[in-house]
Amino acid sequence: MLRVQNLTCARGGVPVLSGVSFDVAAGQALILRGPNGVGKTTLLRTLAGLQPALAGAADYPQDQGAYASHADGIKTALTVTENLAFWADVHGTILSDGIFATFDLVDLRDRMAGTLSAGQKRRLGLARLGVIGRKVLFLDEPTVSLDGFSVRLFADWLQNTHLAGGGISVIATHIDLGLAAPELDLTPFKAAPDVGGGSDEAFL
Amino acid sequence: MIALLLRDLRLAVRAGGGFGLGLAFFLIVVVLVPFGVGPETAVLTRIAPGILWVASLLAALLSLDRIFALDFEDGSLALLATSPLPLEGAALMKALAHWITTGLPLTIAAPALGFLLSLAPEAYVYLLVSLLLGTPALSMIGTFGAALTVGLRRGGLLLSLLVLPLYVPTLIFGAEAVRRGADGLDPTGALLLLGAITAGTFALLPFATAATLRINLR
Repeated sequence: MLRVQNLTCARGGVPVLSGVSFDVAAGQALILRGPNGVGKTTLLRTLAGLQPALAGAADYPQDQGAYASHADGIKTALTVTENLAFWADVHGTILSDGIFATFDLVDLRDRMAGTLSAGQKRRLGLARLGVIGRKVLFLDEPTVSLDGFSVRLFADWLQNTHLAGGGISVIATHIDLGLAAPELDLTPFKAAPDVGGGSDEAFL
Repeated sequence: MIALLLRDLRLAVRAGGGFGLGLAFFLIVVVLVPFGVGPETAVLTRIAPGILWVASLLAALLSLDRIFALDFEDGSLALLATSPLPLEGAALMKALAHWITTGLPLTIAAPALGFLLSLAPEAYVYLLVSLLLGTPALSMIGTFGAALTVGLRRGGLLLSLLVLPLYVPTLIFGAEAVRRGADGLDPTGALLLLGAITAGTFALLPFATAATLRINLR
């Protein structure tokens, strides 16, 4: 269960969103919508704990959050398997063979990640989410540079494995993933330019 | 944590540069010195401890900016920050990986280069011991500096300016230990202080590094 109450988040010391409140039940996803620059990434980073909120709080089970953006932490000098094994090791999980099939990486296992195409790299980055076993996912544009087939592959995994297993995900995306998930438009939460609290931060 | 150490070592060996670069730089600096000051063995013997220590300090500096910069660019650092691995542990492992790829090879190669500078025979063992005790501090302080400048464009130069003054105590006691050894004096005091600096940096700087990283990741 993810509960966000009255959250105000800032980027570069300037508040971008204020009063964001929503609940997501276990097994549910939430799609964030809004024009470029409205603060989708900032909200996701704040939820994931990468930056502090100016006000309000986000409650979800401790140590269950995971963040994924277009920078997916792939080391080009490691093979596909080594990349995934590293994240499995860090998270104390076991890298199962099934994950390669789920994300269509079976033929690429021993390839250096540096030789993969943009879409293949993206699939590898998303496969990390399947490896680390976290329940609450904060996904920032997960489908960038994926073809239609891979998008369906990812949506299937999200629906049938992650959400079906009681997971939660908050997804910022511009395309239709084909998930039966409620959407939240962030435009009404846009912060007034002079909402206080950020002036000191701007100088850090 | 071991996973991070192993990954960094594997990357250092595979991606090239990281592993041999510092060592090659050390070699070249030390070889250049006799050309600059002349071939008189008496002069070289006197300045050898200082030259070897200054050269290893500069060699350690060379690969510092890569410690966090690459992980920051490809997003691994943000992913590590949200993983169960504490950032303090990550900082420690990064410093250790840097030492294994830079400090340790320097320590092993230093006696051979001491020969080039006609270092006094009594000093070899103290050169080894002082570098072994002192170079981990160089890596740990450097890791802290790298965390301070992560995300800055052309942060490498700023990193050198920040880190070099912090290297002064290590340099003073490291070179002093070798010099005293070469003069036949008792170097225990200098070695103890050198070890104390290293122990102190490893006790405190992982926390400072982690705090700095959290701020820079915002």
